[in-house]
Order: sequence, then structure tokens, then C-alpha cells
Amino acid sequence: MNPSRKRTVRLVVALSAAVLLASALIYTSFSAASPALSPTQLVRQAQPGRSYQVTGTVVHGSVRHAGNELDFSVADRAGGTAIPVDYTGTVPDPFREGREVIVTVQKHGGHYVGERDSLITKCPSKYKTAPAGEKQNY
Amino acid sequence: MADLGRICLPLALLICVYGIGASIYGVRSGRIEFSDSGRRAVYALAIVLSVAFAVLEIAFLRNDFAFNTVADTSSRTTPTFYRAAAVWSSQEGSLLLWAWLLSLWSSLALFLVRRRMRDIAAYATAILLGFGAFFISLMIFYASPFSTTNPAPAEGVGLDPLLRFPTMMIHPPMLYSGYTLCTIPLAFGMGALLARRVDADWIKAIRRFAFAAWLFLGIGILLGARWSYAELGWGGYWGWDAVENASLMPWLTGTAFLHSLMIQEKRGMLKVWNVSLVLATGTLAIMGTFLVRSGILNSIHAFGGATLGVPFVALIGVLIAGSIYLVVLRREMLRSQHRLDSLLSREAIFLGNNIVLVALCFVIFWGTYFPLISEAFTGTEASVGPPWFDRYTVPLALLLVLLSGIGPVIAWRRATFANARRNFAAPLLSALVTLIVLLAAGVAHKTLAIAMFCCAAFVLGSIGQEFFRGTRARRAMAGEPLPLALVALVRRNRRRYGGYVVHLGIAVLFVGVAASSSFQHAVEQRLSVGSSTHVGKYTVRYVRPTATITPKNDAVHTGSTLNVGAVLDVSKGGRHVATLRPSEGFYDSGEPAQGTVGHLIGGQAVSHISMSAGVTRDVWTAIAPDISTPALQRIITIGNRTLPADQGVVALAVLAREYLKNPPAAQFHFIVSPLVMWIWIGGLIVLGGGLIAIWPTPSAVRRRVTMRSRARAAHGLARA
Repeated sequence: MNPSRKRTVRLVVALSAAVLLASALIYTSFSAASPALSPTQLVRQAQPGRSYQVTGTVVHGSVRHAGNELDFSVADRAGGTAIPVDYTGTVPDPFREGREVIVTVQKHGGHYVGERDSLITKCPSKYKTAPAGEKQNY
Repeated sequence: MADLGRICLPLALLICVYGIGASIYGVRSGRIEFSDSGRRAVYALAIVLSVAFAVLEIAFLRNDFAFNTVADTSSRTTPTFYRAAAVWSSQEGSLLLWAWLLSLWSSLALFLVRRRMRDIAAYATAILLGFGAFFISLMIFYASPFSTTNPAPAEGVGLDPLLRFPTMMIHPPMLYSGYTLCTIPLAFGMGALLARRVDADWIKAIRRFAFAAWLFLGIGILLGARWSYAELGWGGYWGWDAVENASLMPWLTGTAFLHSLMIQEKRGMLKVWNVSLVLATGTLAIMGTFLVRSGILNSIHAFGGATLGVPFVALIGVLIAGSIYLVVLRREMLRSQHRLDSLLSREAIFLGNNIVLVALCFVIFWGTYFPLISEAFTGTEASVGPPWFDRYTVPLALLLVLLSGIGPVIAWRRATFANARRNFAAPLLSALVTLIVLLAAGVAHKTLAIAMFCCAAFVLGSIGQEFFRGTRARRAMAGEPLPLALVALVRRNRRRYGGYVVHLGIAVLFVGVAASSSFQHAVEQRLSVGSSTHVGKYTVRYVRPTATITPKNDAVHTGSTLNVGAVLDVSKGGRHVATLRPSEGFYDSGEPAQGTVGHLIGGQAVSHISMSAGVTRDVWTAIAPDISTPALQRIITIGNRTLPADQGVVALAVLAREYLKNPPAAQFHFIVSPLVMWIWIGGLIVLGGGLIAIWPTPSAVRRRVTMRSRARAAHGLARA
């Protein structure tokens, strides 16, 4: 095989491999992704067995420790629909009632089970004095 | 004081505009004095921004709450050490830090090339001042660090307690130094394309800055990981968070560039690739800043007003379009002088390493920006989690470590079978012995971890062999004793052997990552005093509670008002191993509405983790104490009702006593991670190797001195 033809073959093989790998990457990202929903959207759309990333505010008075489980409710930022979450795993320091959190959940009957260690609250690379009621806006 | 700062910003913008104009006019008209004037504008910018930064720093240290940013991110109760670091915790302060570091690093780069590559340097000056003008404009029009309130508040909000950690003092400046240094190769790369001088000269000129950018970014990433591990209370060091990923991406493309530039220097190949990598690294650094500061993606780091999104998107758009246009325009000049001779050659391995690094960067880019991509295609925002990242990055990381062992020992141009046998026998033997030992130890079920250990052993064998052969040759030639021969070997070729040390450090670091993620034991447990639990082979017993107020005498005082924790006894097989003291610090909220006592502990609560660190394993603990029991809450309520405003601490003392007398069960988080310390040791080895590589070689210093004396002699002759 002459050198120029060899180079072309190499290029075609390399490009084909790259396209195949990129396709796998794109396909898996769409199939493995958890849609980000608000509690209201979650109540309407959630299907059992599928993961969803829910963003909302921890409802005042809803936080309870039951053994190693942390139970709390998450409501839309503007209030309204709240969903109960049973969570186990690491609880970030800034977690508290009234804070905005993101947690990955699956629907189990009438309640939602949080994926282990998926709870995140907003952390402070940037924060400012916040409107009344909340000291800081993480 | 604020007025001085406010004057500095428009002045700095004017300097940028003048410098851009002078540099471009100078290079276009061939009038060197204008290009020189443009360069001096960068020095002037550094002076003006130094004054501005000093004004802000002094305002923080003097508790000048008339400055809005000081009132928002500092307070009298924030310890002085952390007040000094609070400057860059706000958006305004971090923009000023960015612009200031850019001006300093640009001044240094342009000073070093002041007598060389005048045309490229003039374009680079204009581009760097363009970045400066962008960031200064953001401060003037969007987020001024010098905005004030009259009358000034008596007290500030305080630095977020989570940031009160020693490495936080140096993490942002390191990361921002990395980001700003990434723009220097970008500016010179664009300058080389504009000036039509795409040989290896510009690459040689910016090589050290590309390396420094890589080093600073690396240190910044590692310090962030350490902060996450030792402060954040979750026990992890990497979570594939958008902001973490943003700093890793330019580091990966920067690493690729540092390897492929050697091929351009040695063989005149990969010119398009190199210039593209430089432009991509600079653009990714700007995108990293954008990601932190725009709030466009959900991150545990950055939320808040997305006011800076539009200007950043515009800048990134201009950078990408400009880069593509210039590379396409100069494609003829960027043709390689040679072709790849064989796939079994150092060039091919470097190319393979580049492809793996760029693929890693692409995977991380796709995963990080996936919420935006999915929203654009499906209308629903969706995100991928750590398992998705791990699925692609783990095999790529394995391949990368393996290539970092092959690269140093394979021959340039074409490797022969004899060459391969001579160079790969020791590394392969080292990997094989590791595999046998691991299988004998019964850890066969952790395939990926075993593969990483074997790859690391291969690297260790390959780098060890290089040092051994080099030292042996040196001893044979110069008859030096072993330590002297080793030092002389490294001194003679710092870049090469510094690079090898970096490879070694990366392999060690990945051993730590593989071991700590594959063989970790983690337990979440609620314990009462006297009870115990098992974590792996360790037994942890809750011995007694602790509760202290005004802990200013604490070795690690961070300004908390109340510290509640526990003393834990860790044992293994009945033998005492360590005594751990995790606690949680409660901070003043500054909200009088929470009551005389309530506000003292109503702010952020922060875990102060405790660990027994060792070279074989870390035993890590965090506590979330319960102070919401009726008895403790009653003390707070009575204190709020009866105590005068400045006596709240009396009730805290009663609360602490009550907690010690009747401690409620507390929630604990225990982790036993093997070899996690090797991540930090590996990082230090990488840092050491980086410093060796970046240091000027004696020959380079000699060359510079000779050139300078020659220039002086020529000048003297001309005058005579």
C-alpha cells in the first residue's frame, strides 16, 4: 500500500472510531440523564423507576430525622406544590429549612426516595445579602 | 478611599484602549515606538490595578462597611486572616482579582519578550489589553467593587463560614492565576497567526507561561479538592460539579498542548493542532470564569444573579469565531513539515495522549453543558450524574496513565522490536509483579482499580528505568557519586526529567483515586454516648460530647460562636488507633429578629471534620449534633425573652452545659478511605516536577547572559 493511501485508510478508521464513540456518548447522555423538574412538574410527570432531579425549597417544619433517614418536603420556589422526600446519605452543611436544594429522586407510590448522596445545596463561591427572611443567597 | 478605587477603574480602561490602539498602529505602521508604548501601557495597567486592589484589600482589613462588597462578605467577627481572603469571595472582588492578575502576568510575559518577536508581541499586547478592557468594563458597568452606601452599616454580613478554611486563602488566586495565564499563550498564538509567523519561535516564547498556567490550574484544582475533602463535610474530593469541571477542561487541553508542542519543536509537525489547542485552552479558561460567574448552570458553587451572562457569551463567541477564522485563513502556513513515520513512535504516542486528553475534555464538556444541550434539543433541562462521567472518564484515565509510561521510553520517529524489548521489559515486569501481588491479596473483583494499579506500576517502572539509565551513564562519564550524578542529570535536562517526575506524580495520584474510590467504607449512623459502630475493620465509639462557646482560643478559630461535637475512640481489633474530635460550628446570623440568643447560632452551621490520616488509610468523621431538643430550645427561648442584647452568650453557656449533661443522640458520618493521602502526595510530586521543569536550565541562563553581553558590546561598538 502506498504511503498516501495508507494515510487515508488511517484517517478513515480514526474518524469512524471517533464518530462511533461520540454517538455512544451522545446516546447514553440522553438515555441516562435525569430531567430537572420543579415539584409541581414532578407530581404531574413522574413515572415510577425513573430518576428526576428536583429543585425547590425545603418546606419549613418538614425536616425530620428517622433513624438514618432524613425526611423533608420540597416545594416550588414560589411555594405551592410540595413533595415528601425520604433521603439517606450525606447532608450538606448549608441544608436547612427554607434553603434551595437539588436532589435526585425516584417515585415510590405516593412519596419520593432520594438517591444516596445526591442532595446538594447551594454553596458560597458567590453570595450576597438576600431579601428579607433569608440571610444569604447561596 | 472608595473614590481612589473608582478613579482607578476608568483610568485602567483608558489605558487599555490607548494600549490596544498604540500596539495595533505600531505593528501596522512599523513604528516600533508605538508598539513599545502599547507594551508600557500593560505595565501602567498593572500599577493602576494594583492600587485598586490595595484599596479594596485595605477596606476589608479596616472593616470599612461603606463598601457594599465589604458589608456583604465580611464582618468584625470574621478573623483577620479570613477578612483578607474575603476580597475574592464576592463577584466584584473576584473580577478585580482576575483583571489584576491578568495585568501582572501579561506584564511579566511582555517584559520577557520585549526585544524579540516585536510584531507577534504587539498583537498579543492588544489582545491581552482587550481582555483587560472586558473585565474592567464589567466592573464599571455591571459589578463595581467600589460602590458604597451612606451611611455605612455598623456591621457586615460576614464571610461565609464554609470558606473559612486555610486553603481557601490561596485556592482562588491559584485558579485565577491559571485562568489568566491561559490567555497569554492564546494572545501570542493569535498574534503569531496575525503576524504570519507560525514557526516554533512563538511556542518557545510562551512555553514557560503555558506550563505555569498548567501548574497554577493544577494547584488550584488540587487545593479545591482538598478543601472539599477536609471542610465540606461530605468526605469526597471530586463530585463532577460544573465549576470543578470548568477548571479541569483547560487543564486537560493545556496538558495536551505541553506534549504536542514538543513535536512541533522537534519535527515541525502538528502546527494546526497546537495553535488550535492554545486557542481552545484560552477560550475554555474564559468559559470557566463565565461558568462560575454567570449562574447559567446548576452548580453547588455558583448561584445568584446571572447578570454577567450576556457579555461573557459575546466574548466567548468572538473568541471562537476569531480563532476558527484565523486558523482557516492561515491554513497554508500551518502545514506540517514532516509526516508521521510510524504508529510505533514517540510522536504517535504523544498524538495518542493528545487524543485521549481532548476526548476527556470533550466528555466533560458534554456532560457539564448537557443541561443546556438537552434543553435546546428536547425542551427539557436534564443533567447527567457522576456515574455517567465515570463510565467514560475512568477508561480514558487508565489509557492516559498507560501512555504516560510508554511515551518517555519509546523512540522518536520509529521504534524497532529491539528498542521495544530493551525499553519495555522493566516496566512490563513491574506491572506484572503488581498484578500477581494484587491477585494473591484477593482483590480480583475490583477490575478497574487493579488495572489502574498495574498501569501506575508500569509508569513507575518506565520512569525509574529512565532515571537509572541516565544516572548510570552520568556516573560512567563523570565518575560522580550516585546522588551527585542524579542531581546533575536532572539539572542538565530539567524539562525532560521534571516531566518524568510529573508523570510519576500523576500515576501516584491516580493510585490514590482508584484505591479510595474502590475500597472505601462509608457509614451514616446515629449514635448515643457510649454506643459504637463498625466502619470496615474499625470500631468507632462515641465516648463523650463536647460543647464550647467563644472558642477564640481554638487552634483553628474561624469565628464561630458555639461549637458542639464529640470525642470518638477509634479502635481496630481491640487496639486503640486514634481519638477523633469532630464538631459543628454555629455562627452568628447578624439577624436581630432571631432574638438575643437565637441570632448567635442562627447563621450557617459548618462541620469541622476530624480525621486520622495515614499513608495506608484515612479514618474520617463528621458530626451533625442535634440542638433542637425541647430542653435546649427552651434555654434559647427564655434567653431571647429575658437577656439584654449583649448578654446572649450567657444563655449559650447554659445551653452548652445542658448539652454536656444530657447529650441527645447525634448523627455521624464515618469514612475509611485507603491510600487517599497518596492523592495529595501525588499532587505534591506533580508540583515538584512542574517546578523542576519550569526552572530555567543553566544553559538557557548562560545563553541569555551571553546574548545580553553581546548586545551590550554591539551597542558600545555602535556608539564608538
